[in-house]
Amino acid sequence: MTETMTYREALAFAAAKEMDADPTVFVFGLDVPDHKRIFGSTKGLVEKFGPSRCFGTPLSEDAMTGVAIGAALSGLRPVHVHIRADFLLLGMNQIANVMSSLRYMSGGALRVPLVIRAVIGRGWGQGAQHSKSMHGLFGHFPGIKVGLPTSPQDAYSMLRAAIRDDNPVILLEHRWLYDIEGSVDEQYLPPLPGPVVVRQGTDVTVACTSWMTIEAMKAADVLARHGVRLEVIDIRTVAPLDETPVVSSVAKTGRCIIADYDWLYAGFSAELAARLAHHCFGVLKKPIERIGFAPVPCPTTRPLENLFYPSAVQIIRAVERLLDLDSIDLSQESFYSYEERFKGPF
Amino acid sequence: MNKGEGLRLYRTLTLIRRAEEAIRLHYGEDDMKTPVHLSIGQEAIPVGVCHVLPEGSPMFGTYRNHALYLALTEDTDRFFAELHGKEAGMGRGKAGSMHLCEPSRGLLATSAVVGTTIPLAVGAALAQAYRHLRQPVAVFFGDGAAEEGVFWESLNFACQRSLNLLFVCEDNGLAIHAPAADRRGFSSITQAVGGFRCCTATADGSDLSAIIEATRALYRDMEADKQPGLLHVSYFRFLEHVGIGEDFFTGYRQAPSDQERRERDPLIRFSSHLLSLGYHPAELRAIDVEVDDQICRSIGRARSADYPTAEALYEDLWV
Ligand SMILES: Cc1ncc(C[n+]2csc(CCOP(=O)(O)OP(=O)(O)O)c2C)c(N)n1
Ligand SMILES: [Mg+2]
Repeated sequence: MTETMTYREALAFAAAKEMDADPTVFVFGLDVPDHKRIFGSTKGLVEKFGPSRCFGTPLSEDAMTGVAIGAALSGLRPVHVHIRADFLLLGMNQIANVMSSLRYMSGGALRVPLVIRAVIGRGWGQGAQHSKSMHGLFGHFPGIKVGLPTSPQDAYSMLRAAIRDDNPVILLEHRWLYDIEGSVDEQYLPPLPGPVVVRQGTDVTVACTSWMTIEAMKAADVLARHGVRLEVIDIRTVAPLDETPVVSSVAKTGRCIIADYDWLYAGFSAELAARLAHHCFGVLKKPIERIGFAPVPCPTTRPLENLFYPSAVQIIRAVERLLDLDSIDLSQESFYSYEERFKGPF
Repeated sequence: MNKGEGLRLYRTLTLIRRAEEAIRLHYGEDDMKTPVHLSIGQEAIPVGVCHVLPEGSPMFGTYRNHALYLALTEDTDRFFAELHGKEAGMGRGKAGSMHLCEPSRGLLATSAVVGTTIPLAVGAALAQAYRHLRQPVAVFFGDGAAEEGVFWESLNFACQRSLNLLFVCEDNGLAIHAPAADRRGFSSITQAVGGFRCCTATADGSDLSAIIEATRALYRDMEADKQPGLLHVSYFRFLEHVGIGEDFFTGYRQAPSDQERRERDPLIRFSSHLLSLGYHPAELRAIDVEVDDQICRSIGRARSADYPTAEALYEDLWV
């Protein structure tokens, strides 16, 4: 059955479906059962499944991550939720030294079917400590799957796939995606899905993560009016990474922009660029362009935030470089329109 | 407390309260794009502690830092400029509400990640010991922060090293919306800390005089025993966790009665105290007017100030 719903509803729907289907699934974390329900993404769970399967915790991310691993080792399927990805750093020992490695170190004897969901904050002065994504960092540790759902369908299917996966999975959800509406087919249940072409084109490939997919779609709309056709690919799962859809696309376009929702230095964009440089060496007509955060901590004031974050404008300018186009007049276009919709305080 | 002291304390309390009320009044205009954790109900704690500790003592706090910042600086210009994201702000628009600091007044750091500045304070106290100095260091944190491992690790190290450090637990019984009972496996933080080599004291966080007295006594114990101290102060958070509104209607906690409102309001408590000591209402009103005027001018300046230029994005990263 297909229904229209928001991203936040799709997350709550997916969790409820899995909790219904499997009594070992439980959802926990700071603020998970309060009246705000992690921006609505855990709505209805405590009512339906009770406080033994949906509960809050003390402020103890390090210990709670370990608790989740211990429960997963013991045959449960915990979903540990964080209202900001930045707080995962407090559980980093458990994530990087334990969660990632237990199966390997046990020679395959152990499994850690644990899902960590975390929200990427943005806007209204979230600043340096409430805005990180770190998907490249998590993906760096072998043994962790890392996904960034962009559409409501992805939010639904990827959360269900993550819960069913016998490996640890970190899902990073951009705060601004929560309001996006889309149709969700509840029967669509692939394993954690790889890159998908979300818009077909012939001129330039834009490989994106998370919110950058939205920006790239905006850029594609603008450029279409100037006769340029972008092929937009949403990577969705950054680890393990299947780059073949991007390679196939670049084989067609010969030009590639990687628009990553992170810093560039040693990040996911560098990884993908390295793989494309290898696999597309003969077909690239121009050097690969990378777009990401400015190389500073995230500032709080809006004018600097706007400069810090990569946007459709930067994608358009990169396309002009790749195609040797004159600079397009963007003065009549409205960008950041989405940001105007997001009001604080959190 | 002599007369001048009483009026100064009243002024600081009032400055903080009126600044917060001004934020509530203007926040909806969307010029202060920063998540605000307002201090209404909490004001007396930093005012009292900072009053007792020697001027310039290194201090650390949390995202709920407006009261601490203003208690130490009384500078509403840089405060409001920062909330407005302007170049003239204390962090040039890179801090926002959650990371205010003013090293020149001793406020070294605050953080949006719970518990984060507790070990920094331990480090600052270690630096004092390292240099054979005895300036005390204070760190303010919420009751939720005491659940983090880093609190206990920091406490242990500070006690083992006999550091001159005052832990101030600002207990509003809430972590966002979660009540203490849903989070704590202990009933009293001072008892839980009791097994450490640490002096402890408690005070009513709504009563400025009580906080000052308790801090003085605790600080004397710390000096005498050469041990760190933990001051536990309970207070009532009048507003929602983040933002400008009341949130009693959401049902996770009860609205206070009118009497409770008065009892948990540090400003009402302190002004009644002063009046009972014979201060004249007109003296207090004159301070109110002067403080309102200061805040009004600061907001005006903040509004007309410039945003940082594009170059500022890359400045301040390296020394
Ligand atoms: C490490 C970490 N985990 C979670 C959060 C989200 N969060 C922000 S404030 C808060 C509650 C903290 O409560 P408390 O320490 O009592 O301080 P209060 O807000 O009551 O002053 C939480 C859970 C955070 N900022 N940092
Ligand atoms: Mg609290």
